[in-house]
Amino acid sequence: MEQQILQAHPQNWYLVLSTILFSIGVMGVLMRRNALIILMCIELMLNSVNLLLVSFSAYAGNTDGQVFVFFIMVVAAAEVAVGLALLVSIYRNIATTDIDVLSKLKW
Amino acid sequence: MENFLELTKLISPASLIPLFPLLGFLLTAFFGKTLKHAAGWLASAMILISFCLSTFLFINLPANADLSFTIFDWIKFGNVTLSFGFLIDHLSIIMLLVVTGIGFLIHLYSIGYMHNDEGFARFFSYLNLFIFFMLLLVLGNSYLVMFIGWEGVGLCSYLLIGFWFKNDAYNDAAKKAFIMNRIGDLGFLVAMFYMLFYFGGLDFETVNAGAQTLEVGNTLLVTITLLLFVGAMGKSAQIPLYTWLPDAMAGPTPVSALIHAATMVTAGIYMIARSNIIFAMAPLTLEVVMWVGVITSLFAAFIGMKQTDIKKVLAYSTVSQLGLMFVALGVGAFSSGMFHVVTHAFFKALLFLGAGSVIHAMGGEQDIRNMGGLAKYIKITFYTFLIATLAISGIFPFAGFFSKDEILAASFSEHKAVWVLASISSMITAFYMFRVMFLTFQNSFRGTEEQKHHLHESPWTMTVPLSILAIFSMVAGFWGMPAVMSSTHWFGTYLAPVFEGSKAYLGEGHHLDHGTEIMLMVIATVLALVSISIAYVMYVKNKTLPEADAETTGVAKWAANKFYVDEFYDKIIVRPITILSDVLFVLVDKLVIDLVVMAGAWLVGFTGRTIRLVQTGNTGFYVFAMVIGMMVLMFIQLVY
Repeated sequence: MEQQILQAHPQNWYLVLSTILFSIGVMGVLMRRNALIILMCIELMLNSVNLLLVSFSAYAGNTDGQVFVFFIMVVAAAEVAVGLALLVSIYRNIATTDIDVLSKLKW
Repeated sequence: MENFLELTKLISPASLIPLFPLLGFLLTAFFGKTLKHAAGWLASAMILISFCLSTFLFINLPANADLSFTIFDWIKFGNVTLSFGFLIDHLSIIMLLVVTGIGFLIHLYSIGYMHNDEGFARFFSYLNLFIFFMLLLVLGNSYLVMFIGWEGVGLCSYLLIGFWFKNDAYNDAAKKAFIMNRIGDLGFLVAMFYMLFYFGGLDFETVNAGAQTLEVGNTLLVTITLLLFVGAMGKSAQIPLYTWLPDAMAGPTPVSALIHAATMVTAGIYMIARSNIIFAMAPLTLEVVMWVGVITSLFAAFIGMKQTDIKKVLAYSTVSQLGLMFVALGVGAFSSGMFHVVTHAFFKALLFLGAGSVIHAMGGEQDIRNMGGLAKYIKITFYTFLIATLAISGIFPFAGFFSKDEILAASFSEHKAVWVLASISSMITAFYMFRVMFLTFQNSFRGTEEQKHHLHESPWTMTVPLSILAIFSMVAGFWGMPAVMSSTHWFGTYLAPVFEGSKAYLGEGHHLDHGTEIMLMVIATVLALVSISIAYVMYVKNKTLPEADAETTGVAKWAANKFYVDEFYDKIIVRPITILSDVLFVLVDKLVIDLVVMAGAWLVGFTGRTIRLVQTGNTGFYVFAMVIGMMVLMFIQLVY
């Protein structure tokens, strides 16, 4: 019984941590206007979910989740590269990354 | 069975017959530009080969034998197999010889006639294609193969009537011919459905066998034969579907000779002769065929009397002669009908080609009021035209005399009233044919000086076919001499095996005794001579000219305007259809269909216009909406 509680406690901490990280990410995306920061916040959200996946994987006692996370990280790296390249290109053209200025794509 | 081996040897030449015209069509169609005038010679050579093969079959087919063979199985479903095959018997051989023989002569003639036309190669490719389809029609061993040819010749007729497609009136004539033929074809098609449904097959053997299990005069047989006759009405220009044929004269003259006089229009007669057993088993249909034939014959003859266009006169005389052939079929004298098909093919082709030669000499003029006195300028054309005119008028001993006499004799023994009407019709024929002859070739020239200067005899490619056809117009009659003159009727004997099956249903045709037969001949000849003399007095002695179009009055005006049949059809059928389509356009198309379709389009447009406002371009708003959306989804997930 005691062992079970001991095992349950770290899981709870992981849950709390990844929830906090996710919320920071969401708030960042919602409130900041700098596209670079928003991109970072998205990464934060993604990684908080990764953390959750790893912790559940450990909890369940198999390595599927951990292998899966590696794949997610590889794909995320590629995605970040594309996102940053776009951002750099935008900045070179209009010298800003403020999303309120970047509102031409509408209707 | 002992001649089975002998027969199988004939299979390959028989299947090759239609292939040569097809080859000619492909070559002239695809390489016409490079071949130039060689295309005409190539096309003619192909037909000549087919003619030689047909002659080979004619010589080698054993008496009383017929050869039916399948080339491939075409459609199979359930226990019905529709195969593509040919039937070689005496009837198809006669038609083969006529089609390829006259076809070859007309090809040869066209080389001269079409020499300066820019569509020279195209013309020959169409002609070859026509011969191909006509041969399919004649050779087919089932109604299906016949129907392929039937439709194909209709197509070629359309293409050739509208050959000079830059002229709108010609295109209209082509369309008219096609549509009129389609109306008839519908009858043929429905008849085929009936046969397939009730007899389980379309080849002649199956249909005849199936029909013979029914009793004579069965409703099914009457329906099928009447529907087939509707098809024949369209193709062979009988009342009420005859109006396309006179308009079809818009095509080049060799086409009028080949398609609209000698071969295609006789397809209806061939088809009925081919189906003689089922027609003989439906006496009611034969009665209808007979009456339609005789009325058409008389009606067209009346119109022919007042026409002034040389080709139009010939067109109405074709309709009239086709009517006579149907009379022969209607009284059950199938071989007499076929005999008239053959002799008519010779002299009518000759008449048309002669008319073509006249038009050629006149530089395109077709109105006989502007001709006259041509006999001394174009001698060969004159003499050949004279022979053909004598033949069609039924003067002894030209071809028309014998075949027409047979038909008149047959109708005399079957139905006196029809005999009277047919005699009047052939009397009128003699009158208007000599009217054309006298107005064109006698008296003095009435055209312009320029035309007079232009007058010249046609090149040898045109005069040679004229002479050959003239010879046949003189001698073809001797193939079928009446019993009075000769004990052997070669043509009738040759075709007898084909019509063997229908004999039983027709009853023994009561043979006329020799006295009656001679009397009939004398009457026919006297009538013809009387109308020739009337024509002579009117147009040569008194030099009467047909009055200008505006001056005609009374019945003559009616006849000159073709009894206003075209106008009548226009009022009764065409106008209501256009009015109906106008009404439907406004009521159904504009009000209903457009409304539904436009409402759909408007709805989509409206939705798009409204929803696109959500796309503000503000990324913050998008993210906000996304988060809210996810929360809503999560909430739903949690609650339910």
